[in-house]
Amino acid sequence: MPMTLTEKILAAHAGRKRVEPGELINARVDLVLGNDVTAPMALQEFLKIGIEEVFDRNRIALVPDHFTPNKDIKSAEQAKILRQFAEKHDLPHYFEVGRMGIEHCLLPEQGLVGPGDLVIGADSHTCTYGALGAFSTGVGSTDLAAAMALGETWLKVPESLKFEFEGEPGPWVGGKDLILHTIGDIGVDGALYKAMEFAGPAIEGLSMDGRLTMCNMAIEAGGKNGIIAPDGITRDYVEGRCRRPYQFYESDAEAKYQKTYTYDVSRLEPQVAFPHLPENSRPLSGVGAIEIDQVVIGSCTNGRMEDLREAAKVLKGKKVHKNVRLIIFPGTQNIYLQALQEGLLGTFVEAGGAVSTPTCGPCLGGHMGILAAGERCLATTNRNFVGRMGHPESEVYLANPAVAAASAILGRIAGPGEVE
Amino acid sequence: MRLKGKAWKFGTDIDTDAIIPARYLNTFDPLELAGHCMEDADPSFSARVKPGDIIVAGKNFGCGSSREHAPIAIKAAGVSCVIAGTFARIFYRNSFNIGLPIFESPEAAAGISEGDEVEVDADTGLITNHTTGETYTAAPVPPFMQQIIAAGGLILYVAEKVKRNV
Repeated sequence: MPMTLTEKILAAHAGRKRVEPGELINARVDLVLGNDVTAPMALQEFLKIGIEEVFDRNRIALVPDHFTPNKDIKSAEQAKILRQFAEKHDLPHYFEVGRMGIEHCLLPEQGLVGPGDLVIGADSHTCTYGALGAFSTGVGSTDLAAAMALGETWLKVPESLKFEFEGEPGPWVGGKDLILHTIGDIGVDGALYKAMEFAGPAIEGLSMDGRLTMCNMAIEAGGKNGIIAPDGITRDYVEGRCRRPYQFYESDAEAKYQKTYTYDVSRLEPQVAFPHLPENSRPLSGVGAIEIDQVVIGSCTNGRMEDLREAAKVLKGKKVHKNVRLIIFPGTQNIYLQALQEGLLGTFVEAGGAVSTPTCGPCLGGHMGILAAGERCLATTNRNFVGRMGHPESEVYLANPAVAAASAILGRIAGPGEVE
Repeated sequence: MRLKGKAWKFGTDIDTDAIIPARYLNTFDPLELAGHCMEDADPSFSARVKPGDIIVAGKNFGCGSSREHAPIAIKAAGVSCVIAGTFARIFYRNSFNIGLPIFESPEAAAGISEGDEVEVDADTGLITNHTTGETYTAAPVPPFMQQIIAAGGLILYVAEKVKRNV
């Protein structure tokens, strides 16, 4: 019986030869993740289970990234709960401010997730690691607590949808545009409960950073996971980096998909998602004149090296528009350091941008760039819900880093082609 | 178990930022969260909702973040259950895990209006609209999820499992 990549990973972790969509399985987890918003609640629940030890101290990652560096006393108390738990249980994968990163940039970079893994995290963007050929999905705090105790979790085997990307993307078109276009086509619940498998020549040619961006946003179509079959690009990324043995799986040629979508990306323009849903995407040429107050470049979606390099290429020697606040968030300390060494941070600061330490901060309206009523922001983040970045009457538009950089210079939503 | 109350109607794709904005996630105290429940969708909700009331919404309720604070805020606000056309998957899981009853019924979501008196028989999934006299059926809860509910939520289910293994 042929299986998809997702089904093969789930079967392997359930100790089964095969699984079928709709089946409920108990699966072994390779890594579980929590952050300063979700883990405090999970740790409280963990204590109620009545056991002393976590299932495996090497397979738990705690990353205080949402409201850190602590934005207020309450946030400091939440971060303290993580720190104390990590100390008590001697957890090697607790990442302190100054040595951390935004969780979904950090874990792949640190080699904590690899191809063939099954990962759950108490954060919806845990689906990011599908870019490495892993099954990973977001859960809540209670599921995190249970998995920390048992090292397993129950899952319903999802139906799979296949997305074939043909052709070669034009300049300034990347993973962000492919995924925004896809969500625009199928809607914010177009992949509800389902596996989204990305394939085709355009994916084979896509960098690991671009793949991470795409899988990161599978949840914005309601997907359970996003996944890309591992290949040479994956091997280059994980070799010498992954701390555990990993395994490459691929979908069988006869594997069953509930539906296959095919997109020709050769004529795809950079995409912009209008408020207040990621599905409201349209090509840049159809945006019109939209003035902005703030630009945010970074996040677990677009805070990686390639993203910063693209933004810097556009901003080099230019100035941020007088009406715009540009805020840049490198995804991890390592990315920050590399951007510093490559001179990218200098470019941002000289242009009049503010460079922050890694944090989820503004993406979820936490801190470090909150919007007032009536303000408008163009962001490389993942959600543009009502009030996502601040006041319920503010607006968020989503785009790729090059569009964000060009918009910061021109004070309105614009493409890099307009910046001379 | 029978759940009865006044319907509060919301639209489609109600996301977790609307249910509990991230600016309040620096706590996980249920009552504090309840005070901001549905704030960005209806700022008056938390002050006016009565114990037993029912949230009724369209498709994809609870989309977005994995924050368990969302079903916790709803439950702590006194809401007895949520009826929606469909639920986003993490919200669905979280609701069962913390013991907030939720029912998937596109017919009920379409047929119920704001302020209707609604009753749900949680055992059969039968939903009655006492204001209009209409009835609707909700999708049955999968057997596996019923075990979790019977144990009193996922944590107690796991605690039992741990005890058996020892």
